[in-house]
Amino acid sequence: MSIIATRGLGKQFPGVLALDELTIDIEPGVVGLVGANGAGKSTLIKILLGLIPPTRGQASVLGLDTVRESLKIRELVGYMPENDCLPPDVSATEFIVHVARVSGLPATAARERAADTLRHVGLYEERYRPIGGYSTGMRQRVKLAQALVHDPKLVFLDEPTNGLDPAGRDEMLALIRRIGTQFGISVLVTSHLLGELERVAQHLVIIDGGRLLRSQAVTAFTQASGVLAVELDDEAAGRDRLGHRLAQAGLRVHPDGRGLLIDIADETTYDLVRDCVADLGLALVRMENRRHRIEEVFSS
Amino acid sequence: MTSVIHDIGYRHYDGPRLGRAYAVRSLFTHNLRAAYGLGRPAKAKIMPFLLFTIMLLPAAISVAITALASSLGNGQPVNLIRYSAYAVYLQPLIAIFLAAQAPVLASRDLRFHVTPLYFSRPLSRLDYVLAKYGALTTALFILLGTPVTILFIGALATKQKHLGTHTLDWAGAVVGCLMFALVLAAIGLVVAAFTPRRGFGVTAVMAVYLISTAAVGSIQGIAETQTKFGVARWAGMFTPFNLVDDVQVWALGAKSSSPEPPPSGLGGPVFALVCVAVVVGGLAILYQRFRRAGAQ
Repeated sequence: MSIIATRGLGKQFPGVLALDELTIDIEPGVVGLVGANGAGKSTLIKILLGLIPPTRGQASVLGLDTVRESLKIRELVGYMPENDCLPPDVSATEFIVHVARVSGLPATAARERAADTLRHVGLYEERYRPIGGYSTGMRQRVKLAQALVHDPKLVFLDEPTNGLDPAGRDEMLALIRRIGTQFGISVLVTSHLLGELERVAQHLVIIDGGRLLRSQAVTAFTQASGVLAVELDDEAAGRDRLGHRLAQAGLRVHPDGRGLLIDIADETTYDLVRDCVADLGLALVRMENRRHRIEEVFSS
Repeated sequence: MTSVIHDIGYRHYDGPRLGRAYAVRSLFTHNLRAAYGLGRPAKAKIMPFLLFTIMLLPAAISVAITALASSLGNGQPVNLIRYSAYAVYLQPLIAIFLAAQAPVLASRDLRFHVTPLYFSRPLSRLDYVLAKYGALTTALFILLGTPVTILFIGALATKQKHLGTHTLDWAGAVVGCLMFALVLAAIGLVVAAFTPRRGFGVTAVMAVYLISTAAVGSIQGIAETQTKFGVARWAGMFTPFNLVDDVQVWALGAKSSSPEPPPSGLGGPVFALVCVAVVVGGLAILYQRFRRAGAQ
């Protein structure tokens, strides 16, 4: 069952066509929504939350229509906006308990869930201090906590790594992966950086100028470009003999220093390389799967 | 057993989700508390509680004095301050409370862009505006109604004469307090919602109160000297306390406490309609304001 489905979705703002004929189906899991700034990512999220109506087409979230059943959708999803959205003079605990209640949780449950969720996003003693004194990384965690506190079925995370340093970025990405795998909550995460989403998403939707460029599994993006790096502890002649043998078997081979780069045709490629190395009596140091980055797929 | 924190992993929530009415109630309670600085740092509590305490002082003094001088008032019920006049006499304090606290409710969410977090939850934008308006109205009603009720309890406790009249006057004044609260909250929230920058909201609300009061006062003074009493009375419409007081006079039979009573004839109904227009118009403006903020 798809958690998000759109049919011919369009959104016309005065003077700007923000979304154009967008038809996508998204399965449960971690889904990356990639596009440059102004590609229509935030507009899509706002339509999915039922905050703005589409001008054309229709959309459903968790099987609910975004125009007619938006209140029900908003009970079951969480949303982390891109920009700063936290009041500075309340503590994280106080704020998260409050938004949990606005999501419909009874007082006791709101307090328990707030404590749990803040712990899961990695906020401990500091959660009792006013948010105004937090670092960017801590604020992002509070923003994430408010999206998760009511245990949604699906969360929309709009540019969650924005403004974070590399370490904070890695931690946020690890957290997003945990939300999808351990928490069992589906995630739609946006970014203008492909490489980032490649690390956490199972499925990628790429939009540009409001139009769908591609929507497919991350493995499909990288499989086609899979390269096997083989390193040998032999002189160049040994390397060339192996290269020749593999080329005869129909593989595309390029020399690379003391080793070879071999385009992976399918699963049998590994066996073929192993058998040839053994036949020729060469000293194999290592075989390494070098997945091309998605960026390369798109730049090529 | 030692106390060890066990990480039991993520737990799903399968309890009740109480829906829209509960969400609105939660937002109302949160904002009502915020109007008195509750749930916020100690600094935020000083102003509202100080003003609340000062509001009570005249009532407390009145009760004390009438208790001592219980021989007073053979002919009619006695309080140093009439129930229906309390809000009018103490209007500067009420205006300061409104100026200080309306921005807390109306501009903080805009200034810190918190509105998307509310609008992505199960409530509509109108619900959000009504919860804020209800909260500030209630906060003002508490501020105005408490001292009036203390006067009444004082009268009961000191066994004043004419307790029946006391009861009627008090009940009328409580309704009047609600009208003051409804009109003042609408004005305060609208002004504060368009001045989200820190401190501006306070100044803007105070300015609206002071300028309208001063302007209307001058017009009324000039009209009086030219014996244009009709003009003087109609001018009362343009300052909130005179406006609502005149509705009290017309609808609840209160004695006028403002510079001018309502114009005779159509004056009362027109002033009442103006109050309704301020509330409905204020809510419509707030709805538009927050609708735009939510779509950003």
